[in-house]
Amino acid sequence: MRHAAHAVILISAALLLASCQGVLDPQGPIASAERLLLVNSTAIMLVVVIPVIVATLAFAWWYRESNARATRSLDESYEGRVEFVTWSIPALTVILLGGVIWIGSHQLDPRAPIPGKSDPLRVDVVALDWKWLFIYPDHGVASVNQLVIPTETPVEFRLTSATVMNSFFVPQLGSQIYAMGGMITHLHLLADNPGEFPGFSAMFSGDGFSDMRFIAKAVPARDFNAWVEQARGTGSALDDAGYAALAKPSKAVPPATYRSVAPKLFERILDQTTAGPGNASFGRAWCPPSREAGG
Amino acid sequence: MLGKLTWAAIPFNEPLPLISMAVVLIVILAVLGLITVKGWWPYLWREWITSVDHKRIGVMYVILGLVMLLRGYSDAIMMRTQQAIAVGDAQGYLPPDHYNQIFSAHGVIMIFFVAMPLVIGLMNFAVPLQLGVRDVAFPVLNSVSFWLTATGALLVNVSLVIGNFARTSWWNYPPLSELAFSPDVGVDYYLWPVQISGIGTLLTGVNFVTTILKLRAPGMTYFRMPVFCWTALATNLMIVAAFPVLTATFMMLLLDRYLGMHFFTNDAGGNQMMYVSLFWVWGHPEVYILVLPAFGVFSEVVATFSGKGLFSYRSMVWATLGICVLSLMVWLHHFFTMGAGADVNAFFGIMSSIIAVPTGVKVFNWLFTMFRGRVVFTTPMLFAVGFIVTFVIGGLTGVLLAVPPVNFVVHNSAFLVAHFHNVIIGGVVFGALAGINYWFPKAFGFTLDDRLGKASFWCWLIGFWLAFAPLYVLGLMGMTRRLQHIADPSWQPLLLVAEVGAIVIFCGVLCQIAQLYVSIRTREQRRDVTGDPWNGRTLEWLTSSPPPAYNFAALPKVESIDAFWQMKRKGRAPVKPTYEAIELPHNSPAGFVTAFFATVLGFALIWHIWWLAILNFVAAIIVVLIAGWSIEREEEISASEIAQMEQAR
Repeated sequence: MRHAAHAVILISAALLLASCQGVLDPQGPIASAERLLLVNSTAIMLVVVIPVIVATLAFAWWYRESNARATRSLDESYEGRVEFVTWSIPALTVILLGGVIWIGSHQLDPRAPIPGKSDPLRVDVVALDWKWLFIYPDHGVASVNQLVIPTETPVEFRLTSATVMNSFFVPQLGSQIYAMGGMITHLHLLADNPGEFPGFSAMFSGDGFSDMRFIAKAVPARDFNAWVEQARGTGSALDDAGYAALAKPSKAVPPATYRSVAPKLFERILDQTTAGPGNASFGRAWCPPSREAGG
Repeated sequence: MLGKLTWAAIPFNEPLPLISMAVVLIVILAVLGLITVKGWWPYLWREWITSVDHKRIGVMYVILGLVMLLRGYSDAIMMRTQQAIAVGDAQGYLPPDHYNQIFSAHGVIMIFFVAMPLVIGLMNFAVPLQLGVRDVAFPVLNSVSFWLTATGALLVNVSLVIGNFARTSWWNYPPLSELAFSPDVGVDYYLWPVQISGIGTLLTGVNFVTTILKLRAPGMTYFRMPVFCWTALATNLMIVAAFPVLTATFMMLLLDRYLGMHFFTNDAGGNQMMYVSLFWVWGHPEVYILVLPAFGVFSEVVATFSGKGLFSYRSMVWATLGICVLSLMVWLHHFFTMGAGADVNAFFGIMSSIIAVPTGVKVFNWLFTMFRGRVVFTTPMLFAVGFIVTFVIGGLTGVLLAVPPVNFVVHNSAFLVAHFHNVIIGGVVFGALAGINYWFPKAFGFTLDDRLGKASFWCWLIGFWLAFAPLYVLGLMGMTRRLQHIADPSWQPLLLVAEVGAIVIFCGVLCQIAQLYVSIRTREQRRDVTGDPWNGRTLEWLTSSPPPAYNFAALPKVESIDAFWQMKRKGRAPVKPTYEAIELPHNSPAGFVTAFFATVLGFALIWHIWWLAILNFVAAIIVVLIAGWSIEREEEISASEIAQMEQAR
């Protein structure tokens, strides 16, 4: 019993620790809905799983060889009603979960725009070796390893990779999505409150992977406009030469902003030929057609 | 002349792998020296290396799996230690270049050279005995399969001293695994060994499907087969369906890497997502290939040690076949996060969770087998109970991962790592360890020490939970997998707990080594003279322990499920049997010699030594042709010899 009590204390301490960050501490509607689904699905299954665990331990213990009080019937190995129940319980659970999955998948489709009070902000994301480039096409600025977004504004991401596969993920804002060369993926997120949320690549991409982190900074709309103005006034221009320099592999790159972005940079990255680390630049002869990822 | 191979391939500047490899080499040389001094070579060659006896091959598979388990474990403890100390600004003791090889090798070794040999070994040993027959359908092919698997394991380990292993994770996704991003031999050290052992595995699949469909004792209808044989049938059907996909996928990647093609490259119209899809078309069935035989072992163990027939045998069979079919239709859940539409994601999410239905039925059936039984807590039974309790949690988190929106936030996280270790350790490894404890007396004629066996069980169970419960929590806290160092210092306490768990698991391994040692030392007191140490139900317990080369002097007549149990129950007086001459397949060096050439072939291909590759490819083909055309394949044991041997039992 004491061990059980200790275990409960340890588990609750760990969960408490967990609940102040990551997936269990959502800061936007997508992440909140996903946490709710996580909790609900777990609860639905625990209704079956906990009795099964208890019954396993109880049956094994009660029917142990040395228990003289146990009634045994060693010849019974079939009972139609029990068989019916053993198929029904998992089937009913899965039917319920199937509904949850169907509805949840459609409601939380990463491509589905988020209805909001304000117009969405567009951000184009490019995974590089080993940093994230964020281009703000409507504002003509860009940043590296720092994603600044206004609160209560839907953000519409388009993602691609100028190198190997990566996965763009800010746990507190919700859904991750892969960024892949020659393809666009789409994602919609929204931050409810101001704050700084850790983001990173969730798909192993080579030596600098562990440092491929960024901060997603949600600020009030007014502050966002101020940040754009500030970005326009400082930093260098992300022209073709600047991009070629940026695209070279580098690790643990500190956040930076660019005052301007070369026209159609994202589209051209999408179409470029990726020839390996250090070679990701423009001017190659053959450009593959861009594709929409997925089905 | 030597392709890409130069002295630079040997990592003189990295003392860690070099020293560990030197130690391993010294141990190997010492063992070989001992064998030579003692003059054991003729015995080993005659009785093991050239043996085509399914029992011997099964034992060798299990030994291979256990030896590689030690290698895979040492990778695991290195990773755990690195993650536990490389927190905040610390970089730990393994630079990314080295760390990335270690987690890649850990995955490749544990899946292909630990889990696969263990389950295939147990199937090899038990299936023909349970079916009441004398061998598998193609005994020489079986030996070839084993030695090709051993080739793969050997080549992967060669990468420790000559060259380096892949740094691309065991998924090996392009474009990272393409020449542009991984120009050295690492990826080739992954692809070629798995290609070679994959041929072995495919041949095993063909062999066992044929054996189970065509070779059964008289009266052994499909619905009288032990459940382990059903799970073996399902597993081997999946091998035949899925492994060719892996071989073709890896071959396309090899063509990209060797001949400059563009199946999966970023440029020239390559499609990297095609690799991902094809990889998981094999990869998802693979996990059921591993876990179904484990389910089979538990079905045998729970029934035997509850003293009761397995509850609802037919449900069990249909659940097995259901899993076999469904497992081929769920692979997309490995990449819900690649941008497929809601309909596609929802379909594959629902299909994945449907697998929980037959699996749940199995769990209930084990439960109701214990109900009103007489439960004897031997080591295998403890593993079975520990498995049920652990596995249902792994199943729960698995279904969570099958809910696409939940998957969006836990995909690739430590939560996922915890989930699949939960089902692979809690399912496959526990199953293999239960099976080894269960069938050991049949294989060697004496039982394993139960006290040390139980100690190892508790270490494995507690160690597993200590190692992986923290990872579940860390995953929810936002820790992704494959991190060489960890930015958030608040994660360190949980990582240290995980490290302790890994050490506790090692105590379990030590207990097993001690168990083996003690049991061999005291084997005279623990002889199994009856052939039926557990009061078993199926035909393997009918024959002596260890069984003679021909398994059964006279093939048993099967009249129901649990055939041996029914025989014991009817108390059929042992009629003086009339012995007939038995034909047994000859020993054959074909497997070993083919594997020798395949090993050199693999090495030559990895290092682009073309003349050597061509030479060995031709040699391997010639060996196969000679073996295929040899006429004198069987030797006859006369009836009088058999009568003598049976009397001597």
